[in-house]
Amino acid sequence: MTTQEALFKYTLRLGDNGLIQGQRLSEWCSRGPILEEDLAITNLALDNIGRAQAFLKYAGEVEGKQKTEDDLAFKRGEREFYNLLMTELPIGDFAYTVAKQVLISAYEYFLYTELSNSTDEIIAGISQKAIKEVRYHLAHAKDWSERLGNGTEESKARLQKAYDELWSYTGEFFETTEEEKVLAPSKVAATTKNFEAKWNDMINEIFTISSITPPTAGWMQSGSQNGIHTEHLGHLLSEMQYLQRAYPDAKW
Amino acid sequence: MGARSGLGFSTKTSEIILVKKQTNMTQDTQLDLWEVFIQGKAGGDHKHAGSVHASDGKMALQNARDIYTRRNEGSSIWVIPSKYVVASLSEDADMLFDPAEDKIYRHPTFYVMPEGAQQI
Repeated sequence: MTTQEALFKYTLRLGDNGLIQGQRLSEWCSRGPILEEDLAITNLALDNIGRAQAFLKYAGEVEGKQKTEDDLAFKRGEREFYNLLMTELPIGDFAYTVAKQVLISAYEYFLYTELSNSTDEIIAGISQKAIKEVRYHLAHAKDWSERLGNGTEESKARLQKAYDELWSYTGEFFETTEEEKVLAPSKVAATTKNFEAKWNDMINEIFTISSITPPTAGWMQSGSQNGIHTEHLGHLLSEMQYLQRAYPDAKW
Repeated sequence: MGARSGLGFSTKTSEIILVKKQTNMTQDTQLDLWEVFIQGKAGGDHKHAGSVHASDGKMALQNARDIYTRRNEGSSIWVIPSKYVVASLSEDADMLFDPAEDKIYRHPTFYVMPEGAQQI
């Protein structure tokens, strides 16, 4: 893998994470538990999509094939997406969305803190903006986790179930990818293993304040770094990409 | 006048308002109501922006942030449970505000503006 190939895939993957997470969160639009939370979740979705736009634009420039961020978002097939599996999982109930956001935001908190100091100026720039958004996402999700975990029997049970189900998708967060091996020594990319313990500490602290029993570590899902996905991504893409597929280059 | 005179105003009115607000709240299925005050620029005053539903102060702040500062309106937010707002009654408006009508000398318009002063 050349440095250019690695940088393309690295930025593509950062973009895909935001894009797919944003697309999933946007499904809450008009379905939030209360109007205020409806707006809050769609705000999170927009932050994610904005970040995706910036990273995919950069990925297009790195690839050098005149592709725009829209080309990359709407004209790639399932196997060409590298988003973490957790982001593509269906939104489930509100507790599931909260648990997912806690796990992802805590990960992104450490990731974008590191990437804010990337030796690649563009990655550093996007990350410095992203970290402000992510801090808010984390605070928002963490507070909801605390409320649901200490709310009613039902809210607690739903939250516990969500964390249990999602846990096997967290292993991917800290896999050392090929592009990381190429880009981390020059500090362009972050070394995810470096903050795995800190992430675990933070998550365990959130479990404690949420009265949640930590899920038992077991077999971990894997595949997205090679474009292997769950059955959910194809369905998500068919909806997200429908317009550009049916009416290529449509503008309005 | 009767019950409305003297002490009746300050205590009784606020009790009525509190009871009214709480009754409204029990019919509301969307959590408690909070009043939101947004400060536009550091050093400026906090202006009433509207209200949000929330179950606690942190949630009220976050909801206020997401709803009232989306377009860069804010640098600071205050939230206060609506049930603690004590409001005057509209039927008291004449008693409260009309007496000020004929006291125009309270406006600082009887002074000669010193030359060079930008504002008073």
